[in-house]
Amino acid sequence: MKPSSSAVPAEERGASGRDPARSVLRFAAGIAVLGILLLFLMIIAFALPVFTEQSAGGPFSRIWAPGQGQFGIQAMIAGSLVLALSALCIGWPFGLVLCCWLFCPVNGQSGFARSARSIVGFLVRIMTAIPTVVYGFAAVFLLTPLVRETVGGTGFCWLSAALMLAVLILPTIVLLLSAGLAPRLERLLPGGLALGFTRMDLMWFFVLPEAKKTLFSSLVLGFGRAVGDTLIPLMLAGNAPQMPYACSAGLRTLTAHMAMVTSNEVGGAAYNSLFMAGALLLLINALVSLCACRLECSSRQERKGGRR
Amino acid sequence: MKRPFSLHLFRLAAGTAPALLLVCVGTLIGYLSWRGAPTLRLSLFFGSTPVWDGLTGARPVWDGIWPACAGTLCLVGLTLLLAVFPGVGCGIYLAEYASPAWKRRIGGAVNMLAGMPSIVMGLFGFSLILLLRHSVAPRANTGMLLAASCLALLVLPVLVATTREALEAVPDSLRLAASALGMTPARRLSHVLLPISVRGIGGGVVLALGRAAEDTAVIMFTGVVANAGLPAGLTDKFESLSFSIYYTAAQYQDQAELLRGFGTALVLLGISVMLLCAARFLENGYRRRWRGGDA
Repeated sequence: MKPSSSAVPAEERGASGRDPARSVLRFAAGIAVLGILLLFLMIIAFALPVFTEQSAGGPFSRIWAPGQGQFGIQAMIAGSLVLALSALCIGWPFGLVLCCWLFCPVNGQSGFARSARSIVGFLVRIMTAIPTVVYGFAAVFLLTPLVRETVGGTGFCWLSAALMLAVLILPTIVLLLSAGLAPRLERLLPGGLALGFTRMDLMWFFVLPEAKKTLFSSLVLGFGRAVGDTLIPLMLAGNAPQMPYACSAGLRTLTAHMAMVTSNEVGGAAYNSLFMAGALLLLINALVSLCACRLECSSRQERKGGRR
Repeated sequence: MKRPFSLHLFRLAAGTAPALLLVCVGTLIGYLSWRGAPTLRLSLFFGSTPVWDGLTGARPVWDGIWPACAGTLCLVGLTLLLAVFPGVGCGIYLAEYASPAWKRRIGGAVNMLAGMPSIVMGLFGFSLILLLRHSVAPRANTGMLLAASCLALLVLPVLVATTREALEAVPDSLRLAASALGMTPARRLSHVLLPISVRGIGGGVVLALGRAAEDTAVIMFTGVVANAGLPAGLTDKFESLSFSIYYTAAQYQDQAELLRGFGTALVLLGISVMLLCAARFLENGYRRRWRGGDA
């Protein structure tokens, strides 16, 4: 897409200083930016004293036992990372093959196969709108009994939460991948098909090896989505404040921890861990955004260079 | 052509993945509908209270989800009221007026906000209240207005991105033609660009509606409760559909309450999916009109 300002003649832009619409819009953009800045400032300002003050039983220690003055959230950090990574391990390959299937119909396919593709594509779009609380609610009654029977335990565990999170991040991954992979495949299609490759061959031999950045950025953004979700870990992961050690055992993520601390209103030192957890999430997701932005910019430049 | 074994494996996986997806999501939605559909009657919304009395709040509704529906509606409406001006305005500014440097900076900030988990917005609202309590208003408490402003922050990136896309999809030839006719930039915006991109922007607003209606994590921090009756005022606690689903899953006492939970989940699912379809419909019509429209 061309930048729209290129169409505006230079002298007109100089005159637009008196433009009333311009100042109104600038005001609107100012409010938006102010909101964003305020968000970052507030959370960092509340968390900073906790970062600097180092005492025994503070948020950096290992054990969470508010009754005994232990407020460590190491287990929650580990829980968040482990859960998000395991969800990614299930969801990302699934999303990748699904995306390839969507874009690689076999030549001369039947009407059934074509309609199956459009149904699945539509379903993936619908999945972006399903509220996470609905996923969680259905999984409490559907998935947990199943997990309880297969791996034992209560069913509210690492495995159930990871499976549901994988479903949750699936549409994100599929849509990101298809935005990155489909144009590359389109460009190769005429020549590739003429040489006798199938679409799947083209995808496997030419598109996927060249699209490492797209693959990686979908991985990173999927991780951000998985680490930030609250309701699925809160409803399905059991919330035991312990280091995750088995897939049938409960764990507690940072997000679920925050929700539990506010709803139980322990107050005082427990709130410190709340702001700490919030700031950590903020940092993780800011890193994810920066990483994805860097990848996207460089892959866009590559694509431009390739076309020349 | 000789294909490596790994490719055959990949093709096999690609064949089974869609079936697996259909089974998973189909089971999920089917189960919800199977348990929830029988409860979809007026009594789900109003319980044993007469409909009109429940609707207006003349009598409290104890065993229905109408208060939660009303809470969600008010919350979403208030969110839009707060978010549309900065969101759409910022989008227009980025598409039409901002210099490339500012475009990059503001766009980057909005992107970063888009990646933030919703619970961080909730924490922001919560810390705002703590700050108010310790400074100017010792009696400040969480409530509808706070929840709506946090939700507004949550849906802001959606509004900015869709507005910007809608305006940037308008062919440059139209801009040039409008300028050539002697329109000032403000006129060009209000008479040419906005009228033709209004469908795209509307799609974004509907999408933002859906995001605000489904979110639970933000309002958990900013004043949602399980029993508040109809929303009473800007600073009062409120109920919402999404929270009552969570609450039912965690604390249900008997079978009737559980069934009501299924009904609520189905209602929320229906609302979200309908909003998504409406947004897609608006945006698709818009795209079709301007596809290859540079001619």
